[in-house]
Amino acid sequence: MSAQADVMFDAPGPRAKRRILLANLVALVGVLAVVFLVLMQLNRQGQLAPNQWANALNGNAWTNYYLPGLQFTLQSSGIAVVTALVFGLVFGFLRLAPFAIIRGASAVVVEFFRAVPVLVMMFFLYFFLSRQVAPTGLIASEDSAYFAVILGLTVYNGAVIAELIRSGVKSLPKGQREAAAAVGMTRNQSLRIVEVPQALTAMLPSLLSQFVVILKDSALGFLIGFYELLQYSRQLGSGYSNILQTLVVAALIFIVINYLLTRLATRLAGTLSSRTGGATAPVTSTTMVSTMGQDVK
Amino acid sequence: MNGFFELFAEYDVLGAFWMNIKLTALAAIGSFILGTILALFRISPVTSFRTIGTAYINIVRNTPLTIIMVLGVLAVWGQLKVEFFGDFDLNFFAYAVIALSLYHASFVCEAIRSGVNTVPLGQVEAARAIGLTFLPAARIVVLPQALRGAITPLGNTLIALTKNTTVAAAASVAEASGLMSTMIEFNPDLMIYIFLTIAIGFCILVIPMGIVTTWLSDKLAVAR
Repeated sequence: MSAQADVMFDAPGPRAKRRILLANLVALVGVLAVVFLVLMQLNRQGQLAPNQWANALNGNAWTNYYLPGLQFTLQSSGIAVVTALVFGLVFGFLRLAPFAIIRGASAVVVEFFRAVPVLVMMFFLYFFLSRQVAPTGLIASEDSAYFAVILGLTVYNGAVIAELIRSGVKSLPKGQREAAAAVGMTRNQSLRIVEVPQALTAMLPSLLSQFVVILKDSALGFLIGFYELLQYSRQLGSGYSNILQTLVVAALIFIVINYLLTRLATRLAGTLSSRTGGATAPVTSTTMVSTMGQDVK
Repeated sequence: MNGFFELFAEYDVLGAFWMNIKLTALAAIGSFILGTILALFRISPVTSFRTIGTAYINIVRNTPLTIIMVLGVLAVWGQLKVEFFGDFDLNFFAYAVIALSLYHASFVCEAIRSGVNTVPLGQVEAARAIGLTFLPAARIVVLPQALRGAITPLGNTLIALTKNTTVAAAASVAEASGLMSTMIEFNPDLMIYIFLTIAIGFCILVIPMGIVTTWLSDKLAVAR
């Protein structure tokens, strides 16, 4: 990725090197000043007191709050990524179906789930599950939030994955389909045996980036009372009135996990690019179309 | 359906959506400005600026928006007592706009950077050849082309932002998703109709954005 960094400027000469050094010093002083001011402010409000942080980082905090919270976060996201993949595969196939009616109907479903905010979906599912489904005994009432989170994440991310599969198949070189037709495969066989497997290999890195999206969105469960990492951290924080500290720890846990997943996705994209005719660069809902057209090299 | 239309008299559905639109508009401006600055940081010749830009992206993009919102409301307001406006509602509105801007700035930055990648090397070399230094070259030559090449990811970010304004419910801003909760709470037998109303409201907001994005990215594409 260093290529585009060099785009904007020449290799610096002696004068530019001096200027860069000066700018580096200015930036360093600026950052230090900001950090200092924030720390001063925090200190004045007593937020840097050792016990504030100790209570947010001690064994009790980890074993009784962060780890159980993280477990529910990972569990709901993990289940959601699998169910979203199934949902996405089904609708991805339907969107490539030979019949216009099926294509159209699945397009409406996919577009609807992509347009509705995950939080709106979760609110509705929570009410629906706790008021309509739980009384029938199908799920326990206290599990409503858990299932609402999983289902909400499934339909939104499933719709995104369906779109990824469709555009993945569309972006394959057309020689693949022509070759499949030339050896006598039907359209359906060509999709099933030749195109979708390659599109899936190509989208494996994107699937990992989507897992990052799912992990982040699982924190929305906080708003429907699901006990995940954020909820546990808030609870811990209100107990010891160090909510700033506990929320920062929770955010750091998310950042580390998501950063590692993103790195893994980028590395995987490099390894997989020889195994498919499609583009392997990780795609998420915000970069979706652009990566199909421009970033692909 | 009984009593469904009376709901509109009782609850200000349009007003709630107007709140989402206001949040979207203000946070779009905020995140665009911050995102452009960050993008300039990330392509700048100064090493430390690049590091600052990369650090911001890696930290903010990997944090759930919900945490940023809750951190603002419970920690910065609740504990540190930082207040932007004396008015309770306006203050939380400001918190929501700031949280949304900070979060989406990282996506705007990445969108613009992907746009910069579409600008051919020759453009920048030509800019340098006629004596433009970094900032003038960025302002006159690179960014105008990069923004046109970044329409799609920018549009997608705007769509994501529009939907993410619902997270302002965490800052108790009176927007559509919070209103939906209240409406369902008190009218559980109409929940499906209420959900569909709000959901279709978001479809009406979001789907045209997608269409306009596709249209604009074709129309504004730099012919090469």
